[in-house]
Amino acid sequence: MDTKDFSVIEHVMVPEHHVMTREEVDDLLLKYKISYDQLPKIYHDDPAVKTIDGKVNDVIRIVRNSQTAGRAESFRMVVKRPKK
Amino acid sequence: MPSPKRVGKIEFGLLSPKEIRKMSVRKIIWADTYDDDGFPYPQGLMDLHLGVIDPGLRCKTCGNKASDCPGHFGHIELAKPVTHVGYTRLIRKLLRVSCRECSRLLLSPEEIYKVLGPEEERNTDVITEKDVKKERICPHCGAQQNKVNFEKPTTFSEIWTDENGRKVDHKLTPADIRSRLEKIPDEDLRHLGINPDVARPEWTLITVLPVPPVTMRPSIILENGQRSEDDLTHKLVDIIRINQRFKENQDAGAPQLIIEDLWELLQYHVTTYMDNEVAGCPPARHRSGRPLKTISQRLKGKDGRFRGSLSGKRVNFSGRTVISPDPNMSIGQVGIPLAIANEMSVPIRVTPFNIEEVRAMVLKGPVRGSLTEPCGANYAIRPDNRRVRLNELTCETVAEQLEPGWTVDRQLRNNDIVLFNRQPSLHRMSIMAHRIVLMNGRTFRLNPAVCPPYNADFDGDEMNLHVPQTEEARAEAHMLCSVYNNILSPRFGGPIIGGIHDHISGLFLLTHTLRWFDKEETVSLIKFNPPEHLPKPGKVENGIEYWSNKQVFSMILADDLNLVYRSSSCKDCEVCKKGDCEQDSYVQIANGQLLTGTIDKKSIGAFKGNILQRTIRQHGQERGAQFIDDFTKLSVRGIMFDGFSFGIDDEDLSKTEYKQIDEGLDEAMRDVKRRIQIYEEGQLEPMPGRTLEETLEMQIMQVLGKARDKTGEIAGRHLGLSNSAVVMAVSGARGSMLNLTQMAGCIGQQAVRGERITRGYEDRTLPHFKRGDRGAPAHGFVRNSYKSGLTPTEFFFHAIGGREGLVDTAVRTSQSGYLQRRMINALQDLKVAYDMTVRTTGGRIIQFQYGEDGTDPSKACFGDPVDVRGVLENVLKEEV
Ligand SMILES: [Mg+2]
Ligand SMILES: [Zn+2]
Ligand SMILES: [Zn+2]
Ligand SMILES: [Zn+2]
Repeated sequence: MDTKDFSVIEHVMVPEHHVMTREEVDDLLLKYKISYDQLPKIYHDDPAVKTIDGKVNDVIRIVRNSQTAGRAESFRMVVKRPKK
Repeated sequence: MPSPKRVGKIEFGLLSPKEIRKMSVRKIIWADTYDDDGFPYPQGLMDLHLGVIDPGLRCKTCGNKASDCPGHFGHIELAKPVTHVGYTRLIRKLLRVSCRECSRLLLSPEEIYKVLGPEEERNTDVITEKDVKKERICPHCGAQQNKVNFEKPTTFSEIWTDENGRKVDHKLTPADIRSRLEKIPDEDLRHLGINPDVARPEWTLITVLPVPPVTMRPSIILENGQRSEDDLTHKLVDIIRINQRFKENQDAGAPQLIIEDLWELLQYHVTTYMDNEVAGCPPARHRSGRPLKTISQRLKGKDGRFRGSLSGKRVNFSGRTVISPDPNMSIGQVGIPLAIANEMSVPIRVTPFNIEEVRAMVLKGPVRGSLTEPCGANYAIRPDNRRVRLNELTCETVAEQLEPGWTVDRQLRNNDIVLFNRQPSLHRMSIMAHRIVLMNGRTFRLNPAVCPPYNADFDGDEMNLHVPQTEEARAEAHMLCSVYNNILSPRFGGPIIGGIHDHISGLFLLTHTLRWFDKEETVSLIKFNPPEHLPKPGKVENGIEYWSNKQVFSMILADDLNLVYRSSSCKDCEVCKKGDCEQDSYVQIANGQLLTGTIDKKSIGAFKGNILQRTIRQHGQERGAQFIDDFTKLSVRGIMFDGFSFGIDDEDLSKTEYKQIDEGLDEAMRDVKRRIQIYEEGQLEPMPGRTLEETLEMQIMQVLGKARDKTGEIAGRHLGLSNSAVVMAVSGARGSMLNLTQMAGCIGQQAVRGERITRGYEDRTLPHFKRGDRGAPAHGFVRNSYKSGLTPTEFFFHAIGGREGLVDTAVRTSQSGYLQRRMINALQDLKVAYDMTVRTTGGRIIQFQYGEDGTDPSKACFGDPVDVRGVLENVLKEEV
């Protein structure tokens, strides 16, 4: 199925994805005292990333509903998927 | 000591012949090892230039003695190149992607661009075999390519059809392959993911073989004075012999056939020297028939260098023996045989404050004859780190010399902290810190309540013990791994240490319904932990004071406990009569007093124990541990009050029940027959999505299953709580009513993969039945009970069903073991940082909040972070 026909982001099982701004990313790195490449990764061709138009080196904020914590945030850096 | 250095990078590559010759200190040409005088042959496999293993001799390369010489490599010049087994797949790939004439990569620059993309965006992608079409024409020189065939272990050949339409299979010798690979340009190799600076592909065909130093293949001298060589040396001897013969034949101009034979033989020896477990290659054997342990066998597998010598190794200060139970010990203790305590030690640094105490230990020496004697010491370590073994001769002089700065290895004594472990160590509770209790006998003793986390029983299980040697280690053991810290499991947030088996039966018998004990009985029940005052007697009759069984149990409860729940014996009645329940299964505890209900698995059991869990949440681990210690002792007293046993006649029913069971089974048999008849007449209605056969099978299984359950009900009606097996089943101590059904009523259908047994002979399972018989007895229905005994055919079917279970567990354990190892290897270095993120050692973040919510599952209540129910129950003191 083509993602143009159907937006995965609208599915109930898919958590929220947002592309973060420069400032947000800087704050994030500062908060956790990490460098850019210490962030978790996500592939550039991930269906959710494609839908929100995330580009390589963007940072995506993912907000999940959690049974115990209510809402749980996590952050992933977009990387290019290596071939094969 | 050299200062630690940081590893900048690791480079993986191949050894070139040039490099091998450069690092070699000696060319080896003789297959012999030692001459008649036991002296190594020069240029033999044990040449003194390769290092020394015999004490007294000096290395001819570095001049050091055996203890200091690191060993040095030699080399063997092979008559012709041979293939390295470890690189056959690489060789195959290279032969398939390179031209047979010009050796260029069989892709034009445009095609390479298509696969790898623009130059600046290329990262780790490489060209694979799949990117090159088979048997194409070379884009560089136009040569037609042939199919390259690879046959295990090391044979390569080209296949093509000649002009007569015949298939030609041309073998490629290692020399052919080598000359082809030599010509592949460096640039093409880079596209293939090979760095030609460190790994030219032609180096995978061996022309010069390194001879490892003698230090890594030492010979041993047997009792009879004979030398026994290492397996690697044996293999090297073979290689040199064949190599020699090969060279001689080559020089003499021997026929091609002989040369080919010798070449293949040399290939075989070099192959098995590298790896003696290659597919399609018979393993080289020792004279005794044992397969040789060559290079790859030294590294691979559980006992190999990685898993056996680096990741795990044998350690000092550890012990292992059989375990046995002792319910009178605390769960935090472990009983240790005196023999082990005498052997193992803890280092004590001598200070002005303890010098007299330590001197007494040194004077005592290593002999401690009984449990009551104070501990002695095994070694004294002088300030210059020299160890002095203490014995009758030395201990007095050492005691005199002793002064601050010395260290003394003191024997274990009561209350020392040790780590106790049972394999397989699948979770963190498999290693816990216990306090030592010295004991007579030869086994480790432990409270049976700690069996669940170790998954231990006493049918011959052995366990390991480790003695922490430093203050830090002891502090960590005490604060992180002590049994008390592990009562609540992080797996499900409930107690994993708790009552099992007799603890549950005992308290069930003690607390079931209302009973009264006089003062003597009451005191005998709780004398293990006498309360300061007996509570007010529950009733006074004829001037005699009586305490109820529930009062007795309440004496070990924490004072402010408020709990309401249903015990495991609850039958889930439609309308619960609560406090008036016939089964006495409505447990009410108010202000630490058990009002109604029976104590069983759901109250004190491992995994489920409600009271246990609540006690720890409200009063902490110490009180929880105290409660476990108390109830294990109380239950033992309780079970001994009436006595508890099981015999063959406990499976007996009365005549009426046997008649009912027989009738029920007869009826089921008739029902099965009737259904088969309907099926054979073609009258059977198939169930949706099922064939006729499947429908019939399901119906038969259902009828027989029901019939079996019915016999259970009949048996259960007869066997009440006076029967020990029923007590155990109802209280959740051990076994189930199904076990009882099978003992007294009917064993029931035996199944393989959830279906009736159909395998065996043509159209029947056994020759005892007619062909095509679909009846119950012919397909594994066992009508008898374990008590009545099985017929031969029933016995056979039962064995079939039983075997399936055994095979399943065997397969499952090996699979889950591998899964566990992979998971542990992936997760072992992750840790929760102080900001609650989960990170790798490199500081990379795995989770931004541990477990998304940052809660410790062992502090949660069976998965809920907040125990709302418990809080409400405590306030309202009634069921919520
Ligand atoms: Mg066992
Ligand atoms: Zn040396
Ligand atoms: Zn070519
Ligand atoms: Zn009930």
